[in-house]
Amino acid sequence: MSAAATLFAISDIRLWAIIFVVLTFSIYIAIAVISRARSTSQFYVAEQSIPAPANGAAIAADWMSAASFISMAGLISFLGFDGAIYLLGWTGGYVLLALLLAPYLRKYGKYTVPDFIGDRYSDLARFVAVFAAIFVSFTYVAGQMRGVGIVFSRFVGVSITVGVIIGMAVVFVYAVLGGMKGITWTQVAQYTILIIAYLIPAWAITAKLTDIPVPQVSFGKIAQELNELQAQFGLSEYTAAFTSRPWQDVFLVTLALMVGTAGLPHIIIRFYTTKSVRAARWSAGYALLFIAILYTTAPAVAVYAKTNLLQDAQSSTIQQQPQWVDTWEETGLITIQDQNGNGRIDTVSNTEGDAEMLVDPDIMVLANPEIAGLPAPVVGLVAAGGLAAALSTAAGLLLVIGAAVGHDLFYKAIKKDATEGQRLLAGRIGVGLAILAAGYFGVNPPGFVGQVVAFAFGLAAASFFPAIVLGIFWKRANAPGAIAGLVTGLGFTAAYMIATIYGDMEPWFGISPEAIGAVGMAINFIVTIAVSSFTREPSPEIQALVEEVRHPRIGEDIAPTPRPAPAPARGR
Amino acid sequence: MAGTVFEGGRRRELPPDGAGERAQGYWRANLRLQFGLLAIWAVFGYLLAIFLAEPLNELTVYGFPLGYWFAQQGAIYAFVILIFVYAVRMDRVDREYDVHEEEEELGAGRKALQRRMQRRLTGEAPAATAEAGEPTGETTREERQ
Repeated sequence: MSAAATLFAISDIRLWAIIFVVLTFSIYIAIAVISRARSTSQFYVAEQSIPAPANGAAIAADWMSAASFISMAGLISFLGFDGAIYLLGWTGGYVLLALLLAPYLRKYGKYTVPDFIGDRYSDLARFVAVFAAIFVSFTYVAGQMRGVGIVFSRFVGVSITVGVIIGMAVVFVYAVLGGMKGITWTQVAQYTILIIAYLIPAWAITAKLTDIPVPQVSFGKIAQELNELQAQFGLSEYTAAFTSRPWQDVFLVTLALMVGTAGLPHIIIRFYTTKSVRAARWSAGYALLFIAILYTTAPAVAVYAKTNLLQDAQSSTIQQQPQWVDTWEETGLITIQDQNGNGRIDTVSNTEGDAEMLVDPDIMVLANPEIAGLPAPVVGLVAAGGLAAALSTAAGLLLVIGAAVGHDLFYKAIKKDATEGQRLLAGRIGVGLAILAAGYFGVNPPGFVGQVVAFAFGLAAASFFPAIVLGIFWKRANAPGAIAGLVTGLGFTAAYMIATIYGDMEPWFGISPEAIGAVGMAINFIVTIAVSSFTREPSPEIQALVEEVRHPRIGEDIAPTPRPAPAPARGR
Repeated sequence: MAGTVFEGGRRRELPPDGAGERAQGYWRANLRLQFGLLAIWAVFGYLLAIFLAEPLNELTVYGFPLGYWFAQQGAIYAFVILIFVYAVRMDRVDREYDVHEEEEELGAGRKALQRRMQRRLTGEAPAATAEAGEPTGETTREERQ
């Protein structure tokens, strides 16, 4: 491989990456201009006008971040069976969402998650919820802006800082202008781009390795080959269960991720935007279907990419590695060190250590098109897909933070007589401030970003999920109970995470910090039920509210309570 | 308000009236359905994918060790199906208890078609309509309006 050819190949890829990035960003901005928000109802809940399939696609893009798109397949390829914690945890939560949360919150129909908690319990509970929503969303969004910067630097060749600033500028245009309405339709476009960008290399690599080009069907046999290959490189059997954590921990991490998924505010608020309760239920189905297309492909990509990697490493000497290894060695994502000096690669690992080939798991998706021998345009498409995944998630999170500032704090706490125009401006300023803060953390990432995402899930599991579920399913749950539950659940979970990650505390019963959200959730449930039982029941008005959210249409004949104002008037 | 209320620290069942009973019946039907679906959710997501993974891995189907397949494929398919089953069944329950919403999310053409079908059904075979259950809610509401 001559140096000139390598250079040409890179600039070719770079050219196509730039073409696709410019093309897709133009689409996002065009959508923003078309779908400008003109009222708070449009800005916060897209005027509750989104059809179920479109909302499903928007939820899928909102949900699948840079981590799902770039990192997940690679993580699975090094975890083997135990990678199921992500696959199960990040899909099973949608069943909980669809059954236990989405329809009722849509019926309630207000703008934010703290809105429901505030009206159902008390203003103090609303305040705790605002704090939790901002904290959970910020821990999550910092990683997304970083992801935008990294994709830009790898494919387009600008610095991470410049990449973050470009990403901020684009999100600024469509999130501040369009609010939820603009975000929704860009997310639909972003889902389309990211799923195409994920599937083309996956199907191509499947066709190269097996007879049936459907990744979901044919990776079983390759997984068997991989089991043998893994043994030769001193790795554990790929399909064997519980090689990285004990089964109890796999169970608890999966539970924490499922419940955390169901409790993440940026996902919950997407269900406020549908036309009806019925459409909220259906959009959960479409959402998981669209997510499952990527999530059932990822384990196949993990197997194929890992098999290719090990075969290439095994079959050639260090001097004669395939071209894609050379390319990615330049970016520092692959490091080769001939420890024993025999000119061959004998060990492979993704963690720091004395392995002869050190691999960043992200390579599994990023290098996939090259491994499969696909032309440069496809690699450029993968860059656009990664950016779509990161930007769509960032926009959803930024709207949650913006709504917490502009709606929950400014309108509900500071200036209750604000006019429609002032409230819309407050929402825009809130989102704008959130973008600036997220961009700052994208350029200067706090050292703990990786662990902090586990925080987000654990804290969402221990706070929002129990408070909302009990608020709907148990009329007797009251404000003192909910506040006590929120505070103990959040406090316990955060304290355990900090003590085990930063302190020297030994994990209790081998429960990892990622799994503790499941315990925090149980504590929240128990405390809320206990405290509620010993304090006054909620007022008749609140009990009537609970009754109302349970039924899609409460007719005059069902409840004596006045019907809420019809949809168009909700904008106020 | 329907069903149960809490007053002075006590749980009280409201005296039965048509509307309250209907609301309560709807909620019970919802809870029953949820209980069944969440049980299946737990079987696929936890029992087959995690707790029984090691014994199931002894079996191989089309190259896949079965425990591995449930954990990385099968459970996800089950989750998707469960949500759609819930959506379909709840559409039916909504109509059965007459709490369904106006069909505003349907396209105008489909709405017109439905109205035509409705008229034909109610006009030509009222008995069959009553049995079918689904269109009944629509008719009663239209009559009310």
